[in-house]
Amino acid sequence: MRDLTEKALERVRELGASYGDIRIVRRTSESVEVKNGKVEGLTSETDEGFGIRVIADGSWGFASSLMLEADEIERVAELAIRIARASAQVAHEPVKLAPVEPAEGRFEFGIERDPFEVPVEEKIELLLNADRIMREVPEIKVARSSMNFWRTETVFASTDGSYIEQVKTESGAGIEATAVGEGEVQKRSYPSSFGGDFAVAGYEFVEALDLAGHAERVAREAAQLLKAPQCPSDVRTLILEGSMLALQVHESCGHPIELDRVFGTEASYAGTSFLTPDKLGSFRYGSEIVNIVADATSPGGLGSFFFDDEGVPAQRIDIVKDGIFVGYLTSRETAEKLGCKSGGAMRADGWNRIPLIRMTNINLEPGDWTLDEMIEDTKHGLYAEMVGSWSIDDKRLNFQFATEIAFDIEDGSLGQMYKNPTYTGITYEFWRGCDAIANQDEWHLWGVPNCGKGEPGQAMHVGHGVAPARFQNVRIGVMEAPSEEEDA
Amino acid sequence: MLGRDNVLEILRKAIEYCVADVTQAAFGIGESSLTRFANSVIHQNVSERNAGLAVKAVIGKRIGYATTNRLDERSVRAVVDRAVEFARHSRENPDFVSLPKPKPVSAVDTYDERTAACSPEERADAVAGMIAEACNVGASAAGSLSNGCHEFAVANSLGVAAYNLSSSASLTTVMSGDGGFGYADRVSQRVGDLDPIGAAVEAATRSVQSRNPESIEPGEYDVVLLPYAVSELVEALGYLGLGALAVQEGRSFMCGKFGQKITGENVTIWDDGLDLRGLPRPFDAEGVPKQRVDLIVNGVANAVVYDSYTANKEGRESTGHSTGGVGTYGPMPANLFMQSGESSIGEMIAGTKKGILVTRFHYTNVIHPVLTVITGMTRDGTFLIENGKITKSLKNLRFTDSILERLSNVELISKETKRQGWAVVPAIKARAFRFTGATEF
Repeated sequence: MRDLTEKALERVRELGASYGDIRIVRRTSESVEVKNGKVEGLTSETDEGFGIRVIADGSWGFASSLMLEADEIERVAELAIRIARASAQVAHEPVKLAPVEPAEGRFEFGIERDPFEVPVEEKIELLLNADRIMREVPEIKVARSSMNFWRTETVFASTDGSYIEQVKTESGAGIEATAVGEGEVQKRSYPSSFGGDFAVAGYEFVEALDLAGHAERVAREAAQLLKAPQCPSDVRTLILEGSMLALQVHESCGHPIELDRVFGTEASYAGTSFLTPDKLGSFRYGSEIVNIVADATSPGGLGSFFFDDEGVPAQRIDIVKDGIFVGYLTSRETAEKLGCKSGGAMRADGWNRIPLIRMTNINLEPGDWTLDEMIEDTKHGLYAEMVGSWSIDDKRLNFQFATEIAFDIEDGSLGQMYKNPTYTGITYEFWRGCDAIANQDEWHLWGVPNCGKGEPGQAMHVGHGVAPARFQNVRIGVMEAPSEEEDA
Repeated sequence: MLGRDNVLEILRKAIEYCVADVTQAAFGIGESSLTRFANSVIHQNVSERNAGLAVKAVIGKRIGYATTNRLDERSVRAVVDRAVEFARHSRENPDFVSLPKPKPVSAVDTYDERTAACSPEERADAVAGMIAEACNVGASAAGSLSNGCHEFAVANSLGVAAYNLSSSASLTTVMSGDGGFGYADRVSQRVGDLDPIGAAVEAATRSVQSRNPESIEPGEYDVVLLPYAVSELVEALGYLGLGALAVQEGRSFMCGKFGQKITGENVTIWDDGLDLRGLPRPFDAEGVPKQRVDLIVNGVANAVVYDSYTANKEGRESTGHSTGGVGTYGPMPANLFMQSGESSIGEMIAGTKKGILVTRFHYTNVIHPVLTVITGMTRDGTFLIENGKITKSLKNLRFTDSILERLSNVELISKETKRQGWAVVPAIKARAFRFTGATEF
């Protein structure tokens, strides 16, 4: 590989690039999906290619190709330079990059059981077992279970002198039961919705999830939701379970701290951010117990790596300290504008995409409570579990999330189950209302493999470590189902 | 470009090598480029050459699937072997009947040489022109301009062999300044149709009109929804319940409603993959020719779209709406049309005593699929209408509402339609849209 990377870097230097890098990426993936007792999907994918990124005439250019051959590398290097010079046709300030120490070496995350060596039959059996248990509940019309595995091998080389090889294996699985009846469709999932939970790990992670052990409860609760009343409209104390809180962190903290968004470079698509640089170090983002870090070194986190796609080492960075907003996710270019070093958050979704500032593992630090203590301590509230849907405005202020299920909390005990729960708020008002966070024993690092950003679109694997937490004065029950209003 | 014969030869070789009972192979190859701008400079500028070969191997009723982007003979054989291996280790799927048999595919003009050849310099020129329009009104410009070409072919061992060459171009822009935002987008198979300056003027003008926005209490308001916003509602109906799998699994709003009124009589929605006003494709991911499907006719639930798997389950023909590969989402409409009316946006505003004009929605998501309740924000130009006139710019609002209920309360539909995403839709005026929250800008 090194001969190819050196050829690319030499060519872009010859053509006048002030900076250049090349990434060669090979990704192997496998997915198994079972639905209603049938193997719906059994898929193996391989994808390989390279991308060359350059700065010429003070502007960025990027070109990529699937053909990893010397001639094609030359063509792509020349195209990247031509594209950069075309970028420079529009008046601009020359791009400057914060310095980084060149690095060299091979880095690989260890796993216990290679998922690509586990027989397909074993994977199918594991899923069919959970599927069979879910379908024993008569109301379940769709039982779905799946597992996914990825292995990504990346070579990064730059004109700054870095040559870094990284290998990362990720695994995950989940189940989902959909009940139909009573004019309703209701769904429950485990361990999380939208595909389950994922980690930098081997097949041992999937085995430890014990999908079959949770299948009966998941199916039963989906069926119970068909007859459950609509979540009331109210302002209450809200306690969020971990996977739902992970999404809350993702949408209301993770995205607005991406410094490229803050500087407006995503304005036409996903939007910008309310966390502007004038707020850094002084803005009260949350209550005093809220501490959030961006930690690319968290063991097992989908947002963990050794070096980002600019060759910057993985770091742990304070984002919110004692409730005050103190840090961003940064790249070399954006860090230079702030006058600091890159925090190492640039990652690309494959060889054919440029690196963007992406979340690493955005973790809410644990508190002192247990979930049971929080519930016992709540007079009138709502406990909500697992992501249903999500929506947030383009500065990441007004959000509205739906959960799969919720329960009344009355005088310290869980009570009535509700269907179609929703809650809404303004990001900083919501986090300022956080008055209890569960402790380290209930803290879990969730893997989210589908964070979207950029044009052309990129899906990134990120992590969120959270423990259940409590929030005061939250508006719940926004959806007032029209047919039910009429019935009432 | 490889050309029809070379592409079909790749598929023929893969199928010939495969030892499965029945084999399907699909192959796509193309180049795409995108120039992105923000803060009135080009900040990202990319180009890609990629390909993909997907092999579906069927042994009895067991199916395996494998893909690769490596095109050398060894890699092609390896992906075929992998698909066969997976099929052997899979389980029988009793609902599987057959892959589709060949049918004549209509010729559709989907390619424009100039679009395929559009250079980085041409894209930069167009972007410079758009930025200049923003500068003229003191606004900052962001957006993207893309072009590409793509060859796609599907063949199977039952005789299907379909090939298509297509081009595509699109642009979006958001212009902002003094608290005002404006938006425009264009999509076409021909880069010459994009009219970047026209789009820039549209966005720049709205960014000026929407400056200094004021707050308004959320609640029920009559709305004028521009096509940008209408397309979100129509497309959401498409993925929520206008595919056969959603009906067969009982999770579609169409379940039990066929032949019944589900929207107002003035609403008619269909899918037509051959209509040149959309982004036509002659066949689907299984090589089945696209059929027009009348989904909602004069407010009555009429039909949904099928792929071969869902069609065989009901003993009917596929309508050519396979989304390909594997997965559990099933067939989807991909070329939606909503019937135009006789009105205009000007008439809609003039006939509104008090209401809100919405340019577009942001981050919409489903809350209840059967009730078609979705939520989202307004974005890039929200205005108060009072006594037939736009009187002020508004800060953005959150809505939480049922699409079908709102389409049961459509007062006016514009004569003019716009190609938007994968739908061609008019503007509409609807009664009592539910705004449920507000934000700070």
